[in-house]
Amino acid sequence: MRATVNGEKLELPEGLTVAALLLHLGVRAERVAVERNGAVVRKARHAEEPVASGDVLEIVTFVGGG
Amino acid sequence: MEKLVLGGREFGSRLVVGTGKYKDFATMQQALLASGAELVTVAVRRLDLQARGEASLLHWIPKHMALLPNTAGCYTADDAVRTCRLARELQLGGENPLVKLEVLSDPKTLLPDAEETLKAARQLVSEGFLVLPYTNDDPVTARKLEEAGCVAVMPLGAPIGSGLGLRNPYALQMILEQAKVPVIVDAGVGTASDCAICMELGVAGLLVNTAISGAADPVAMAQAMKLATEAGRLAFRAGRIPRKLYGSASSPLSGVIGAA
Repeated sequence: MRATVNGEKLELPEGLTVAALLLHLGVRAERVAVERNGAVVRKARHAEEPVASGDVLEIVTFVGGG
Repeated sequence: MEKLVLGGREFGSRLVVGTGKYKDFATMQQALLASGAELVTVAVRRLDLQARGEASLLHWIPKHMALLPNTAGCYTADDAVRTCRLARELQLGGENPLVKLEVLSDPKTLLPDAEETLKAARQLVSEGFLVLPYTNDDPVTARKLEEAGCVAVMPLGAPIGSGLGLRNPYALQMILEQAKVPVIVDAGVGTASDCAICMELGVAGLLVNTAISGAADPVAMAQAMKLATEAGRLAFRAGRIPRKLYGSASSPLSGVIGAA
């Protein structure tokens, strides 16, 4: 399936959850926050929230800023 | 010095500093410590999915400092609200509701978009955030943001990163006269004297990034601004003398030798 992650269209395995997506991308969940189709996915729900074809996901972290 | 109180939270320093544009994290950490700040701003950005083992900003921010996530780079209320929700999620259940709301109008001036800022502020307040909005030095917008439930208002001294200092002290004085929440000058500070000038007018605090991180010696500038902020606050509380056009002798006028 295809989904957009951080503005990039990615080819991803079928049947992923948010937790599985982070694992697939090699991202440590404790350092990021995830938004799926405009709504935050709480960390407690990463393991159950599905990722569907056509989803738009944002994976963000803190960086330096003023 | 008396505490800076923002939404019921107390901070021992009136200087809030940013974490952007440092040449490295070690310098940033030293500058943060030298500034004496207890509240530091951070930005929310997409994780670089290609980078591996990247250094973590949070690792370098001293633990006693509270985070103030910003919405820098947002040009719509919707993006700013989404960024704040992500920032809350990023703090690992820390339940820190403080956010610096910044909704910009265009990338050249980086001036705030008052309409979108107000819209975002109302939404964020309704979701329980303690909102510190970056705003123009316009008393009307400042009043509306206060009425919307913001816990402070943060008028600019000059455009972000410009280093021009306080361009309109009279507008700031009008904001100060009417505000019942703390007024923090956010953006425009160039050097230590700008900090003192703002504090002497009675602002509750200052938010500085570029003037420290961009200085030739950021650690020394951070310390200079800490001292200037404290000096300015003390001078404000001490109460300055009125300005007069002509001289006024400080030594007795009588008893001068050789007088008739």
